[in-house]
Amino acid sequence: MHQMFKILKYSFYDLIRSRWSYVYFLFYLLLGFVLLFLNNDVSKAVITLMNIIIVLVPLIGTIFGIMYYYNSREFTELLLGQPIRRSHIFLGQYLGVAGSLTLSLVLGLGIPFLLYGLFKSNAIWDFGLLLVTGAFLTLIFTALSFNIALSHENKIKGFGYAVLLWLFMAVIYDGLFLMSLIIFEEYPLDNFSLIATMLNPIDLSRTLILLKLDISALLGYTGAVFKSFFGTQWGFLISIIMLCLWTGLPIWRLVYKAKRKDF
Amino acid sequence: MIQIKDLYKKFGRNQVLSGVDLTVQKSGIIAVLGPNGSGKTTLIKCILGMVIPNKGTLIVMDEPVKNNWRYRKQINYLPQIANFPGNLKVKELFTMIKDLRQQPDQQDDLVSLFGLKPFLNKKLSTLSGGTKQKVNIVLTFMFNSPLLILDEPTTGLDPASLIQLKKLIQVEKAKGNTILITSHIMQFVEEVADEIIYLLEGNIYFKGSVAALKSKTGEKDFEHAIAAITTNASNV
Repeated sequence: MHQMFKILKYSFYDLIRSRWSYVYFLFYLLLGFVLLFLNNDVSKAVITLMNIIIVLVPLIGTIFGIMYYYNSREFTELLLGQPIRRSHIFLGQYLGVAGSLTLSLVLGLGIPFLLYGLFKSNAIWDFGLLLVTGAFLTLIFTALSFNIALSHENKIKGFGYAVLLWLFMAVIYDGLFLMSLIIFEEYPLDNFSLIATMLNPIDLSRTLILLKLDISALLGYTGAVFKSFFGTQWGFLISIIMLCLWTGLPIWRLVYKAKRKDF
Repeated sequence: MIQIKDLYKKFGRNQVLSGVDLTVQKSGIIAVLGPNGSGKTTLIKCILGMVIPNKGTLIVMDEPVKNNWRYRKQINYLPQIANFPGNLKVKELFTMIKDLRQQPDQQDDLVSLFGLKPFLNKKLSTLSGGTKQKVNIVLTFMFNSPLLILDEPTTGLDPASLIQLKKLIQVEKAKGNTILITSHIMQFVEEVADEIIYLLEGNIYFKGSVAALKSKTGEKDFEHAIAAITTNASNV
């Protein structure tokens, strides 16, 4: 464990010295300020932020994850010859990437909200949940991109698959989902849409935040099904459990793959 | 020190190691030779646990290699291509490896030996190939370990540094350590090696001293002796 935190520390330092971490941080900082001080309504700002976060966070997590893995190949090989457990090398690097991205997100959005007087507002829990979901999405998509990178020696291929994964989860999946709802509208679709939502972490995050915000107008069909099926409390709990599974499985496979790979 | 039994490794359809048996007991300098693609690096990486064999057992420093990492505390490894994380400074790289290994080191002596002081605050991406190799060598010889594995250590070195490297290798030998070397520079091998392991098509074709190889092939010149077993394997 001790060794893993050292790797994490070095990966983390390496990343927070990179220009892109600052760009990412400044983007959220700017976004937070603009939304709050132009909108003057925390709840609305949270909804707008949600729409941005659930698309942007997976994209950045995927791309940073895949780029970091390929760029640090030499570093990894150097470490593999040292007395360190393999799983610690890869978990350390993964947590370094996911951690620095999460930090950019939390600080970038947290600072403007704090300055705005978040603690006096009722929206603090909504906002907190937004950050938690953002952190989950970062963890999930960074882990997925590490998985892709571990399975593909070819950089271009790996990068392509990673972008395709994001495109599928963020855009194509919803399209397919909606189309099947229309095509099969004669049939009972409650279970189908429940499962379909859980199988995509982006949809899951959206449903989770909307359940918390409790704005039925924005819930949409799936949200409504979720709510009527589980109730707000259960729906909330089940979505969190699913997000944990979505985080845990790719991390498990990452360690499994790393242990069996030749370098 | 190293016990390898019936080691097999395949990459895709390419059978790289096919049933290697090797025991290294005593200390000294052992050269692993063989034509390109004969499995030298794969064999070394198997010993280091970087490549996972399909079949066979490996015991290094009295510990099984499989799913183990502790035995690497007793190994110093010089990788073939000296590539390091580019945005790190030389000094930071040394500090990091020392931090990870937590063993007494001789960094200062080695840095002055190879004249690396002016480069300590430079980023690794800005160094030339030869300087990178010197950094690589310092990292390898920094700790005192009973087993040293050097994959093509002479690559890119200028003559002065090559002399220093040879001295370092002799110092390690005098300490009673085992040094495993791969190299294509036959002159270098002849000069330093106590024993030669010749790999051919994934198997050990010859194991013995330089003199034994010469008498076996009937060649007086070492380079020719090596060439003779490579080209004319059936005649030997």
